[in-house]
Amino acid sequence: MPSEKLDLLQGTLDVMVLKTLAAMGPMHGYGIARRIEQVSGNEVLLNQGTIYASLVRVEQHGWIASSWGTSENNRKAKFYAITEAGRRQLANETAYWERLADVMDKVMAMRRGPGEGEPA
Amino acid sequence: MSNLRRARERGSAFLNKPRLDAEFEAEIASHIDLATDEYVRLGMTPAEARRKALIQFGCMNTAKNQQREARGFMKLDVLLQDLRYTVRSLGRDRGFTIVAVLILALGIGANVAVFSVVNTLLLRPLPFSHPEQLVRIHQKNPKGGESSMTYSTDAMQAYQQQTHTLQQITGYFAFSTPDNVKLTGYGQPQPVTGISVAGNFFSTLGVTPVLGRNFTVEETLKNSRPVALLSYPFWKRQYNADPAIVGQTIGLNGTQTTVIGVLPDSFDFGAVFSPGAKIDLFSPAILSDMEDWGNTMALVGRLKPGITLGQAQAEADTLVPSLFFNNKHADWGKGYDANLYGLKDYVSGKLRQSLIVLWCAVGMILLIVCVNLSNLMLARAAARSKEFAMRTALGAGRARIVGQLLVESLVLSLSGALLGLGMAWTIIAWLAHQGSIALPLLSSLRIDGAALAWTLFIAVAASVLFGFAPGVRLASTNLQEALKDGGHGAGDGRGQQRLRSVLVVSEIALACVLLVGAGLMLRSFLHVLDVDLGFEPTRAAAIAVEYDDSGGVAKRGVILQQLIQRVEQIPGVETAGITDSLPMSTNRSWPIWPKGHAFVQDEYPPAFFYAVTPGYLRSIGMHLVAGRDLSWEDTNKNIGAVIINETIAHHLWPGQDPIGKLALINGGDAQVLGVVADVHETSAEKEPGWQMYVSQTAPQYGPIGANLVIRTKLPPASLASAVMGVLREINPQQPKNEFKPIQSLVDHASSPRRFFVILVAAFATLGLLLAALGIYGVISYSVTQRTQEIGVRMALGATQALVQRDIIWKTLKLALIGIVLGTIASLFVTRAIAALLFDTAPTDPAAFAGMIVLLCAVALAAGWIPARRASRINPMVALRNN
Repeated sequence: MPSEKLDLLQGTLDVMVLKTLAAMGPMHGYGIARRIEQVSGNEVLLNQGTIYASLVRVEQHGWIASSWGTSENNRKAKFYAITEAGRRQLANETAYWERLADVMDKVMAMRRGPGEGEPA
Repeated sequence: MSNLRRARERGSAFLNKPRLDAEFEAEIASHIDLATDEYVRLGMTPAEARRKALIQFGCMNTAKNQQREARGFMKLDVLLQDLRYTVRSLGRDRGFTIVAVLILALGIGANVAVFSVVNTLLLRPLPFSHPEQLVRIHQKNPKGGESSMTYSTDAMQAYQQQTHTLQQITGYFAFSTPDNVKLTGYGQPQPVTGISVAGNFFSTLGVTPVLGRNFTVEETLKNSRPVALLSYPFWKRQYNADPAIVGQTIGLNGTQTTVIGVLPDSFDFGAVFSPGAKIDLFSPAILSDMEDWGNTMALVGRLKPGITLGQAQAEADTLVPSLFFNNKHADWGKGYDANLYGLKDYVSGKLRQSLIVLWCAVGMILLIVCVNLSNLMLARAAARSKEFAMRTALGAGRARIVGQLLVESLVLSLSGALLGLGMAWTIIAWLAHQGSIALPLLSSLRIDGAALAWTLFIAVAASVLFGFAPGVRLASTNLQEALKDGGHGAGDGRGQQRLRSVLVVSEIALACVLLVGAGLMLRSFLHVLDVDLGFEPTRAAAIAVEYDDSGGVAKRGVILQQLIQRVEQIPGVETAGITDSLPMSTNRSWPIWPKGHAFVQDEYPPAFFYAVTPGYLRSIGMHLVAGRDLSWEDTNKNIGAVIINETIAHHLWPGQDPIGKLALINGGDAQVLGVVADVHETSAEKEPGWQMYVSQTAPQYGPIGANLVIRTKLPPASLASAVMGVLREINPQQPKNEFKPIQSLVDHASSPRRFFVILVAAFATLGLLLAALGIYGVISYSVTQRTQEIGVRMALGATQALVQRDIIWKTLKLALIGIVLGTIASLFVTRAIAALLFDTAPTDPAAFAGMIVLLCAVALAAGWIPARRASRINPMVALRNN
């Protein structure tokens, strides 16, 4: 495992938050952070505190909603849930990521074509 | 959509900062609790679990800042923080704040005031519709005053009919005098000022009455019902802004005249066409009555859309010379020419250079203010270097510290701008009511949007200028040096001291340029005042006189002779006389050439023409150099009598005795009775033209009014009521005209120059004061810094005198470097203002020497105070304190 974490593209973390909430249902900040750590093999989050900037940004866009509730072990916590607008946004983002990944795959698979030589 | 929503949310988050911060704290706490629980479940001790949870969470402050940044407007938060801090720290340093804001207010206030003047006179368009189409038309050689700039009504109408480049040509009667109309029906007859204008005057300018209507074509015809339009100020003053006056008749010069409307407040005839004049009412010029009056109309035209001034000028060059002087007398010939000027250019073009100079002068003041502030800020920054070093040590970035300093300078300069705006507003309001200054458009002076924008611009620019140097200087100070207790950072101090010295030197150099400029302007003004005008304005006064001669010349002679005799009997009156036109006010001109010669236009320029009574020349204080004054008997209808000035005598009869020679005046014979010294008839600065004086009671020379001039040893104002009493006895209808000192005419003519001199001198004084303050600040600061050193030197035997001399020498050195640089700069700058000077060389040694002496004296005074303080340092105290 490389010692450096992955440099995230702007907004990537936001998509991860959306996807996590879409897949797992309402969760608190700690839960989301843990989940992303687990799924990403600890490659993404510099540390758990970073998630909150993303959460507040996504919430301000209206893609998630939050409310205070109680966790299963009776702790007060702020729970986040994805909204309808959030699901639409996630669908858009997913399509975008698939296209981008597709293109990147092709570019990365590029080999030297016939007839092209090294510059002298 | 969601971006819009987010922006709104961020805005509300910015406003709800404390609540959201508290909520986030709670969320973090819950996060740590949840994580701790999980690690405990995995078998850790609670303490270990909590530690691990905190590590996993990462830096608490980073998380908070990131969240705040995503949530609201972090930059604005920082700005507000800086603002709060600035206000607190400025409040603590009250002395500095007050001085800084005052200096800035002076600099910015002066700039805003001058900008408003420049904006009004040069930049803002005239208050007419499509003002860029308006042109002023006058003859090419205005040597004979108004008469040689104006046209006959026939020429005006013919021009209007034949032009293809101008939509409209209009004009106004150029020979109106103040108080020329008698308003009756309200007790004592009241003098008011009226002017007749062509029927299409207001429609050409695009001025619509606010009440009533414009003149109709019928109203410009012979024997039409007399009508008048009122000016807005007159309507307010005389009729309390009563709209019912429209449609009523008022008595003007004994004629019942119908008021048909009121002109808008924005229309000020005097401001545009005749600076300083106040016109109360306008009547339509009955052109058919004026055909035989000669050149009477000052022309204004409106270009057709798309036509350039050049095209119109080209047309005028061919068209105008074909116009007859008088259609009924084709034998009088043609001979007009015309120059077209953009109206705006015509009105204020002559002032462009003066205004630009003024603008530069005031800009220099702003620079000096910035330099001064820079110096103050540096001194303050030096005192705060420990504070800033501490903040840097705690992690504040350089950008943050410079940013905070800039916020500080911005707060200072905006406060200064606010105060300065108040000052400028006061000055502007005062200036706008100075009718005695013959500058165009002055009455429309005001602080408008452009002036406000300019204020903001210079305030921000100034704050960057004076806030930046200290900011950069401070951000690069050596942390450890500054933090060391008791360390006075000698190396750092020297660097700062050098920067401050450079600033002061540049300040002195700027003040130098201002002083030289002001000195030159002042010398010019004094020279203007010194000019021998050809008459004696002091102890003389004039009043416009009304008399009823029923058109009879003989009767006129009797009335005037009696009037003058009675006035001369008033105790205190030395002599009295009457003229139709006073010097430096209205004028007209007629041609004069020697009898027996053919008239050649280029050889015989029009001569200023005055119809006067015997005694006038003595009363106004003119000098008769040969021959005799007119007498009451010089009224021969066939051979007139004329007194000419020296210029005419030299041109018409060079090397001969002109007395008794015959001349032709406007075609009629006249014998030269006497020669008078030249009079500066237009202004002291203008060379005298040709002038002649004929009898007011001779039938062939119709006077255009009567001004009684008296000469007295008493203050003229003290005679006003006695003179008015005599005039009323002779003519009960005599209106209560203003009794004005002749000096006021001279002052009016030189008022633009006085205006500029006063302003430039005020700016130079301000610059000098600021420079003195700068010198004082630097020297005083260096004395404070070197208290210990001076203490040591005195302990080792340096005398008070030696210490004092040392510091004064240091001051002088700064001043001398500044003066040398400033003198060099002045030599360049003054060349640019050479055209504005009168009888003064741009290298006038007196102005330069005066500036050097003044600056040295001020520098000495500014250095002497700290020097005295230094010499009184008690070595024991100085050494113990450190």
